[in-house]
Amino acid sequence: MSKAVALEVSQTVEAGPVKKRDLHLGDRVFFWILRGVATSVILLLAALTLYLFRLSIPAFQTFGAKFLISLEWNPVSEVFGAGPFIYGTVVSSLLALCISVPVSLGVSLFLNELAPKKLADTMGFLVEMLAAIPSVVYGLWGIFVLAPWLRTTVQPLLGKTFGFIPLFQGPPFGVGMLAAGLVLAIMITPTISAICKEVFRAIPDHQREASLALGATRWEMIHMSVIQTARSGILGAVILGLGRAMGETMAVTMVIGNRAEIDISLFAPAQTMASVIANEYAEASSQIHLSSLAAVGLSLFVVSLLINAMARFVVHRVDSRSAKAAH
Amino acid sequence: MANPILETKEVSAWFGKHQAVRGISFSAEPNTINAMIGPSGCGKSTFLRCLNRLHEEVEGARVEGSVLLSKEDIYGQGVDPVAVRRRIGMVFQKPNPFPSMSVFDNVAAGLRLAGIHKRSVLAEVVERSLVQAALWEEVKDKLKQPGTSLSGGQQQRLCIARALAVNPPVLLMDEPTSALDPISTAKIEELLVNLKNDVTIVIVTHNMQQAARISDQTCFFLTGELVEAGETSRIFTNPQDTRTEQYITGRFG
Repeated sequence: MSKAVALEVSQTVEAGPVKKRDLHLGDRVFFWILRGVATSVILLLAALTLYLFRLSIPAFQTFGAKFLISLEWNPVSEVFGAGPFIYGTVVSSLLALCISVPVSLGVSLFLNELAPKKLADTMGFLVEMLAAIPSVVYGLWGIFVLAPWLRTTVQPLLGKTFGFIPLFQGPPFGVGMLAAGLVLAIMITPTISAICKEVFRAIPDHQREASLALGATRWEMIHMSVIQTARSGILGAVILGLGRAMGETMAVTMVIGNRAEIDISLFAPAQTMASVIANEYAEASSQIHLSSLAAVGLSLFVVSLLINAMARFVVHRVDSRSAKAAH
Repeated sequence: MANPILETKEVSAWFGKHQAVRGISFSAEPNTINAMIGPSGCGKSTFLRCLNRLHEEVEGARVEGSVLLSKEDIYGQGVDPVAVRRRIGMVFQKPNPFPSMSVFDNVAAGLRLAGIHKRSVLAEVVERSLVQAALWEEVKDKLKQPGTSLSGGQQQRLCIARALAVNPPVLLMDEPTSALDPISTAKIEELLVNLKNDVTIVIVTHNMQQAARISDQTCFFLTGELVEAGETSRIFTNPQDTRTEQYITGRFG
């Protein structure tokens, strides 16, 4: 740089505006577009909530808070209560968790701690691919493969062996609570195992060496250094899986049998909050029926929001704690 | 070298195809501190991890040669690496107490792995080990707090107590003070000199002054080989090999 140029540059810089951040026109337009997009997402969420809320007002006015526990849902006599659907959602999701959590833990521990790297990469990819299958495909598989198999083989066997437990009593329908729980379990396994895998991966190797050097076997090392350390992370993964199971609609609607009654037997047909909306929304003719469906939707929305918030909170707490432990 | 407690014969170690340790023969007398010095990547840490069969836990890692602990080859046929690690303690570069465990449970972890669950025995050994690690006075009222709530230097002494609890004849230390401040470092060095009465120590260190201050024998490593080993005072005053001399006078490394 010649002396003259250098002088000119320094003069320009000195003369440049320092009073105010002066963005170029392009920057300003870009900024406003992004701001608009970001704001519109939040507005959309707010509008959605408001709309659901307004739609469900008549239902809550007519049936009061009892709407949430009442067991009768009868479109003909126009009496509505969400009890059977809340029961259906809770039981099918818990059933899915009971099946999926041990499997997911096994998968993620195997991939992270035991399998050679190449095998782990391939298997991890395939497990994550399970999450990419559209839920209607799971539903079809549930109807054509799983439900008949349950009806002819599994449920009679369960009934014969564990028939003394009310959960396994009654005629084998195939479609019903058990089918829904199984399909949900398969659908949330990739979610839970993927998150668990990340949580385990975040545990530094020197934690594992600490227990190995003390004379821990591989299983003892996994227990002491991996599972114990990752406890809250695992809990976060489970809660996220629960959130997914509760909101899942298509596959559940296809295999749960859709009957608005509470039956303790897992073989019996049932219905969830999501599936009743999907099933009846198109045919709901009366104002109060529509409003009741909206009220069910609002309840599901609120519960899902709470579950997700809880999962974030738990996972965040783990992150900050393991960050502290790593120092 | 009458009656070494730990002796290695032609130990070599690989990571996949890369050979990190080349045919090292070394021996340590009982109740001594043995320092391993050398520049980064010279294989001293890998060699240390061969002494308790931890090296083989890395995927693709391999060891050849023999390591005799009280005359018994820990790489011999039918020897369980888990049993070996119960008899040889190890302390790492980074303090690594179990984050989910209290101070007490951290120290008791090795005993519980060995199948000792009796509360009174655990309490006694935990106190003895913490006293041995010069930590008892500082933590005797905090036994139920998480091990990770202690300061860095305290955490490292907690890890030393954890290793000592199972009464190992040999204690391996991989740069145990490199993550600590000078005051904590001085405390640990003093502790090691006192521990010599109970245990034989093999310590990898980046810090030559540390080796000179506390060790009885010093071994100088370079590119996976043991260049020179001998009495510490001799190594630092009268090294036989020119590479050792160049390293200890700060010409490289």
